[in-house]
Amino acid sequence: MYQEKLKIDWWTVALWGFLVVFGWLNIYAATYNGEHAGVFDLATFHGKQMLWIAGAALIAVVVMFTEPRVFSNTAYIIYGVVLALLVVTLFIAVTSHGGKSWIDLGFFRLQPSEFAKFATALALAKYMSAIDVKWSDMHTKVVSAFIVLVPMALVFLQHDTGSALVFLAFVLPLFREGLSGAVLVIGLAAIALFVLALLVNKYILIGVLVLLAAGYLFVWLNKRSSRDWWRTLAVLVCCAAFVFSVDFVFNHVLEAHQSERINVLLGKSEDLQGAGYNVHQSKIAIGSGGFFGKGFLKGTVTKADFVPEQHTDFIFCTVGEEWGWFGSSILVAAYVWLLVRLVNMAERQRSRFARFYGYSVASILFIHLFVNVGMVLGLVPVIGIPLPFFSYGGSSLIAFTILLFIFIRQDASKNQLL
Amino acid sequence: MSDKYSDRGRVVKTIFIIVGVLFIGRLAMLQLFDPEYRDLARRQSLRNVTQYPARGFIYDRHGELLVHNEAVYDLMVIPRMVKDLDTAYFCRSLGIDLEDFEQRMQKARKYSPYSASIFMKQISKQEYAKFENKMFRFKGFYISQRTLRIYDRPIAAQVLGYVGEVDQGDLDRDPYYKRGDYIGKSGLEKSYEEVLRGVKGQRLMHVDVHNREIGPYANGMYDTLPVEGWNLHTTIDADLQQYAEELMANKRGCVVALEPSTGEVLAMVSAPCYDPNLLVGRIRGENYKKLNADIAKPMLNRALMGQYPPGSIFKVAQSMVALDLGVITPGSGFACDKSLVGCHNHPSATCVREAIKMSCNPYFYQVYRRVIQQGKYKNIYKDSQYGLTVWREYMLRFGFGQKLPIDLPMSGVQKGNIPDTAYYNRWYGKERWAFSTIYSNSIGQGEVTVVPIQMANLAAIVANHGWYITPHMVRFYGPDSLRNEEYTVRHETGVKREYFDIAADGMYDVVHVAGGTARRARVDGLDVCGKTGTAENYGNDHSVFICFAPKNDPKIAMAVYVENAQGGGGTWAAPIAGLLVEKYLNGEVKRKDVEKMYREVEPCQKLPLTRRVKKKKK
Repeated sequence: MYQEKLKIDWWTVALWGFLVVFGWLNIYAATYNGEHAGVFDLATFHGKQMLWIAGAALIAVVVMFTEPRVFSNTAYIIYGVVLALLVVTLFIAVTSHGGKSWIDLGFFRLQPSEFAKFATALALAKYMSAIDVKWSDMHTKVVSAFIVLVPMALVFLQHDTGSALVFLAFVLPLFREGLSGAVLVIGLAAIALFVLALLVNKYILIGVLVLLAAGYLFVWLNKRSSRDWWRTLAVLVCCAAFVFSVDFVFNHVLEAHQSERINVLLGKSEDLQGAGYNVHQSKIAIGSGGFFGKGFLKGTVTKADFVPEQHTDFIFCTVGEEWGWFGSSILVAAYVWLLVRLVNMAERQRSRFARFYGYSVASILFIHLFVNVGMVLGLVPVIGIPLPFFSYGGSSLIAFTILLFIFIRQDASKNQLL
Repeated sequence: MSDKYSDRGRVVKTIFIIVGVLFIGRLAMLQLFDPEYRDLARRQSLRNVTQYPARGFIYDRHGELLVHNEAVYDLMVIPRMVKDLDTAYFCRSLGIDLEDFEQRMQKARKYSPYSASIFMKQISKQEYAKFENKMFRFKGFYISQRTLRIYDRPIAAQVLGYVGEVDQGDLDRDPYYKRGDYIGKSGLEKSYEEVLRGVKGQRLMHVDVHNREIGPYANGMYDTLPVEGWNLHTTIDADLQQYAEELMANKRGCVVALEPSTGEVLAMVSAPCYDPNLLVGRIRGENYKKLNADIAKPMLNRALMGQYPPGSIFKVAQSMVALDLGVITPGSGFACDKSLVGCHNHPSATCVREAIKMSCNPYFYQVYRRVIQQGKYKNIYKDSQYGLTVWREYMLRFGFGQKLPIDLPMSGVQKGNIPDTAYYNRWYGKERWAFSTIYSNSIGQGEVTVVPIQMANLAAIVANHGWYITPHMVRFYGPDSLRNEEYTVRHETGVKREYFDIAADGMYDVVHVAGGTARRARVDGLDVCGKTGTAENYGNDHSVFICFAPKNDPKIAMAVYVENAQGGGGTWAAPIAGLLVEKYLNGEVKRKDVEKMYREVEPCQKLPLTRRVKKKKK
């Protein structure tokens, strides 16, 4: 077989290493209590995480030694296997944290939804890279939506709303491949309207929308065709319907704890002992960090278990408290750097498969970063998803590592293909 | 590879960067510009962990331990930490039912799902031992230790008082106390609270969300050690106290015994008594309700809070005042003229000593008339006003008509009533009253009321021949054996010493000479001096007796008051006093038959106490 020397993007690998190691230090700090100081004690979270990191690194090496075309060729098979796993999970899952997303393997609790992300990315990339697929075809849109929505729905059925939402990440690679930018705008507008509808009187909100529409028609447009009239009216009616449906969605579609978390975020409810407890404590932990933080292992809030789930979803608190604004900003910057780098790498791919996959990786990581850090900082309602490479958890670390290294592998041999 | 959408990569990268900048900005807001969260962090993760000192012990006058401490255990729960609990097993271990369990959990959850609250209070050492080794199975529960008062001898409940959780009033009054602290609520526990409680220590600790200490803050630089409470050495003679309580069983009334030379209270009994262990621990609330609702008022310390007509014992004081004023002489005799005031059958008294022995009412009518109407003014009303004022000053010097400042909580302590001119002016109008209006006072009836401790003090004054030291409960306290200077001061009555010889002789006769009213108080080999009283009253008469012994070197002075006894002072109070004197001076009681009789009988008429209170207000 013809072999060319691999051009591994070492910067990306280094960023991965930085995040994993920094993450481990913070897990160690978050669960440190002086008694179990042993680094390799498998009874502790940091001890287990050490094991997961070793496992992830091993898998990364395996991925790097795998022919890249193996992934594109087996994309649908992997996708099918993971879908089957997700279905099985529904029946044999262990209930934990209110969700049914874990399969107990005895030594390890497998969370198939974590693996569904890269499987879906592979499948969608494979589909999008087919010669005869054009985004402008209706057929393409339906099939790609189908590929994303099936695993998303299965994860949703596991009561893991957070992980289900992650599948929205595929909007970005699709946008790159031709999905109308209007989707992004409509999405943002819908979120804005949802929040406003909860905060201000609905009739006033609709009045303002009518004024905006009138302003658009009479001030913005110089000439008005009847098409403009109809279009504006249609948008207005949709908005009004949306605004009035908000209450229904809020009270009947969302579960009580979800509505409550949104209320807490919007400041409409301040239940510091209940729904608002985590975020309040996490803000206290972060806020107490100051510029340089209290120093490694010196955090008082996180160390004292005031923040539940702080080694998993709320791990960012520990960074905020012990490493201060300085350390947290470096962490955020490292993530953004990784994301931007992934986009740049995706753009230099010669296959559509690799490019689409690269965008998917960046987008999935981005959604996780946005929701997780946003939640900890009190900007996004509490949705329990981990911080990639950073939070404690074997499934998530291994799945993210596979997700990332498949792309690094693709990138390393991009010149081999074609 | 580029295509027509390749510039969309820039849009995506812009979104990433915007979110990154947004996060860093938000972090700056929380960490650099808003001090609120930093303060909150300090407050909640550094906690003042209070270290409770052991409360001081209480001893009797011979060093016998009366009150000490015992460890009990509060079972705490953090509802969110409760995991995999075998509820049925848990309930069985604690001896509660499922409903109770749910209620307690609900309460704890309502307080806070994340913080510790008390699941079950004050579990005894024995109970705790039963499930101590099972605790590891109850995740989310842990034990917090406290101490409780414990009384090896169930005596002197009203004097010792009890300890309870601070209330809002305590918190407002003294910033030393924090919610959940314990404080003396009554008796010595209250009056010597600051001696007994010690000083709380404080440790600034890093604690976790479950109040578990993780380590000291700044290596304990700001910590203070708790200082143990000081011990009290009381004046109580535990054996005498217990014996007196036994004799007062089934009766209502009180006993106060003093050491005349020091004013030390040897025994203070208020009957009915209760076991002080009833007001300790988990059972306290229920028992307190029961005791408080009891119509016989067991929680009332009658020795200080009861006000009674003194009856004939008052004649001792009356004769001293009259002799000192010179309105009679030791040899004055008055006929027993029952037309003036009722009396029992006895020969007329020819001198003061005889009058005291026979307790002749008409005699003291005459004596009191001479005190009140001394003939200083022509106007009989003005003369009476003058007389009453002079008389009252004497009585105040005898400790009557004022709160004797004992070292027990003074709230609720009575003054008794020695009426002054203003008092009668209010009742009858100015110059509308004279001796004939108020003559009942002469024999300790009428408007005069006294408090039992004042009666005992009167006995002590006679024993000391003219002075007293304020009765008190504590001899010394603390490691340096501190004493209260106030209780070394002699209070003089101003009455000449020799007159008290007459009183003592008269009181000796009361017990020892034929025709005396208290022959039943006699103890072989001891010369007891006493004076009976029979106080008229709604319902049956109160039976009163004061005494001291031995006559020439008094070691004990005492007042015994039995409410609504069927019979006079000689029938009930005197024999009880006699037994107590025998017990104290001889160490044991030989007259077992007498002892048995007075221990078992129940003279109290079941009379609602409210009626007496009403009468007083009229």
